[in-house]
Amino acid sequence: MKYVGQDLPHESARLHVTGEALYTDDLVTRFPGCLHAWPVQSPHAHARVLGVDASAAEATPGFVRLLDAGDVPGEGDTGAARKDEPLFPNEACYEGQPVRWALAETEEAARLAATRVVVEWEVLPAVLGVRAAIEAESYLADEIAIRRGDVASALEGAPHRLSFELLVGGQEQLYLETQAALVDHDENGQVVVHSSTQNPTETQVIVARVLGLPRSRVTCQSLRMGGGFGGKETQANPIASVAAVGAHVTHRPVRVRLDRQRDISSTGKRHPFLGRLDVGFDDAGKLVAVDAKLFADGGYSLDLTVPIAWRALFHLDNAYLLPSCSLTARAMRTNVPSNTAFRGFGGPQGMLMIEEAMDRVARALDRSPLEVREANFYVEGDKTPYGLEVRHPERIRRVWDGVLESSEYEARRAEVDAFNAAHEHTKRGLAITPVKFGISFTTAFFNQAGALVLIYADGSVQLNHGGTEMGQGLHTKMRQIAAQELGVLLDDVRLMPTRTDKVPNTSATAASSGADLNGAAVRDACQKLRARLAEVAAAELGAAVDELSFEDACVFVASSPTRSMAFGELAQKAYLERVQLSATGYYKTPEISFDEAAGRGRPFHYFAYGAAVSEVEIDGFTGQHFVRRADILHDVGDSLSPLLDRGQIEGAFVQGMGWLTREELRRDAKGRLGTRGLSTYKIPGADDMPKDFRVALLPRATEPGVVHGSKAVGEPPLMLAISVREALRDAVAAFGDQPSGEAVELATPATPEAVWRACRAIQGR
Amino acid sequence: MNEPRETPPGARLLSFRLNGEDLSVATADHQTLLELLRYGLDRVGTKQGCDSGECGACTVLLDGRPVLACLTLAVQVEGRDVRTVEALAEREAAALLDAFDRHDAAQCGFCTPGVLMSAEALLMDKRRVVSQGEARAALSGNLCRCTGYTKILDAVVDASEKLVEAADRTREPAS
Ligand code: FES
Ligand code: FES
Repeated sequence: MKYVGQDLPHESARLHVTGEALYTDDLVTRFPGCLHAWPVQSPHAHARVLGVDASAAEATPGFVRLLDAGDVPGEGDTGAARKDEPLFPNEACYEGQPVRWALAETEEAARLAATRVVVEWEVLPAVLGVRAAIEAESYLADEIAIRRGDVASALEGAPHRLSFELLVGGQEQLYLETQAALVDHDENGQVVVHSSTQNPTETQVIVARVLGLPRSRVTCQSLRMGGGFGGKETQANPIASVAAVGAHVTHRPVRVRLDRQRDISSTGKRHPFLGRLDVGFDDAGKLVAVDAKLFADGGYSLDLTVPIAWRALFHLDNAYLLPSCSLTARAMRTNVPSNTAFRGFGGPQGMLMIEEAMDRVARALDRSPLEVREANFYVEGDKTPYGLEVRHPERIRRVWDGVLESSEYEARRAEVDAFNAAHEHTKRGLAITPVKFGISFTTAFFNQAGALVLIYADGSVQLNHGGTEMGQGLHTKMRQIAAQELGVLLDDVRLMPTRTDKVPNTSATAASSGADLNGAAVRDACQKLRARLAEVAAAELGAAVDELSFEDACVFVASSPTRSMAFGELAQKAYLERVQLSATGYYKTPEISFDEAAGRGRPFHYFAYGAAVSEVEIDGFTGQHFVRRADILHDVGDSLSPLLDRGQIEGAFVQGMGWLTREELRRDAKGRLGTRGLSTYKIPGADDMPKDFRVALLPRATEPGVVHGSKAVGEPPLMLAISVREALRDAVAAFGDQPSGEAVELATPATPEAVWRACRAIQGR
Repeated sequence: MNEPRETPPGARLLSFRLNGEDLSVATADHQTLLELLRYGLDRVGTKQGCDSGECGACTVLLDGRPVLACLTLAVQVEGRDVRTVEALAEREAAALLDAFDRHDAAQCGFCTPGVLMSAEALLMDKRRVVSQGEARAALSGNLCRCTGYTKILDAVVDASEKLVEAADRTREPAS
């Protein structure tokens, strides 16, 4: 039985539907005497703590203590990239920042006590928004750049030229399970951290640093997450650290779970970006030169902003050749939570810049955006601005032409135009956009992974790997690979929770790389075990090692299948013969390197491709809009698990739609977040999805050099949702005279309000 | 919040039926049903996604109708019938659970318990094949950040078809 490439449901499917799948906070009743922590948050975007009066809190029944910097045995800082995130700060740098934590016998008491803590503040001036940060020269890091050719003279010499500014909004991850951690000491004195983290190793490292312990004294387990999307890559660390400090001072288990309001108000989000572009092009709309300056709103600390800005630059080309270019980015420091990873990691923001340029170029020339995009596609032999040859550029055309055909684009273009001619107040729009997304961590050393596979003498198998499960189906894929490599039944392979004492020094499950890296490590471990077992079986069955087949929990001589033995029998035999039945596996992605100073190198192992056609309808009176139909053709290589991959594509697309059309983070002039819950921060609901949604995987798409010829799928499809934004723009344009030679301005996110404004603007000119 | 260790002032004894079992348990007047279920009774299958009636993760059935446990006070269920996701593992919901498996309708699974309860209420109410539109409407209060909803809606429609087929089969021998 082959498992790889089969439609298999999620490894925990049964547990999910019976309510038995446990998440971190579900463990709390297993820890008798557990204490609860609740944050004291800053009401100001920037303010100094002058004094803290806990006397009223102390009178709260059940109150235990107020945690502060004096309780930290090690270093009181949880910054992942730089030590700029004090755990109990005396200067609050954003509204909602936890400055102290109340510890109590119940969550209710902790909450009550936290509200009774009186903090005396000295309010300081705040920098809010990326434009203000530019004005104030408020930087988190130096400028980064990728350059090719002499862009200034190329722009001078270009037949046409235009420039624009685009402000792209942030996005809250809104994993349905909020941040949670539970820390206890086991009978051996080991600090055991249960954390909803995408990066158990980093959580372990930071907790050890905060406690002043070697890493070997701290174990971190991530059972499963109720969604992560990047929001639990670094943001889980302070949560676990607070619980660890509490457990350290009280010698009792401590639980931290943020409620939704505290989660939204205190954790980082997708970076807002400001782009300033100057673009030169020819009569056909082919780009000649692009000068792009990006500014990322990094929030108050560095976190992952620099690699995120790099990924924005790496994707500013999307699927198009930028012959001469200067692409720069700068991480700006502002007084909001530290913006962080979110599916796409800066890539979507970079890509949006060039897609905006495509549309503006097309309108300036009175050409269709479709033909201008096509005119700029990469072809064989082309290199990216950072000097990497584009592998398989022909796949851009394959997904593009494929989805044009399957969506009946041409016929529907005519239908949409006819509809618009017949309707004054309702307009439809149609657009197609491509995605080319680079796969690998752009920081080379993260591209490694480990696995530990144990075979017991009865033939049952335990599988450990370094990746975490947040709903993407990674565990399912790892089981498929292990079962197939060992030739056992899927049910014989038990997937163990991700723990740092099984596989050490792991990378975050991020950058869509979970299956590529861990899958290759799992395969490596299984191949070692299989080779050892094959020796035993060969002797037993009187055959050569290479004559053997491992399949369906059975080992047999391929040429005469009756000469066989059960896998369990073989494992027992191997045990008696003193053959080692456990193995570690390891993988590192080959040939990854990038020279940041030069802005050149091979940051990616390969590219994933996709294209989408979206059709929308707008009500001109209200700006309300919906997606009538979306067609997607996406390249996942030879899918490891088509059912899971389709789910990733659908989910990513809808999440991307949310970012571009619904989800708006609003702050007031003092930097206070207004959208603190799901009633004001609108993520897509069942009613917001495309009314007709057709997703297909690119056939015959083997990717050589990747586990089983597959490709990563987590992030790339999010950017297919740019087609929805462009379709909205197409519909907005239909409210005005066409062609006009003028740009159609559309804010991001294109909420109904923004669309209404765009329609008004175009009708008014 | 943890179950009060003894019945403190302001607390009372609450009797209700949970997943077919009659229970008496101490609760405080201001405790929500969600807190009682999760932290008082260790029925952690019901999830907490927002604590304020906005996400649907805490949906349970109260006398057969879907309610949000985070907005329901525990004292409101006195003498009433509460069903949670743990009850669905029983035979009557097998079609729904199987359909969720087959369609891989749970990704991270965190919204799933609430989604299942809303779906179960719909199927029990209609007792016929439901349309995509009906499923969308019934689930409009359940947010999911992972799936993009397609697989969930397909699973609900599929389950309703299987239920009707099963009902037809049991009727046939009688006729
Ligand atoms: S937890 Fe009840 S609706 Fe979200
Ligand atoms: S499956 Fe994750 S929120 Fe629905």
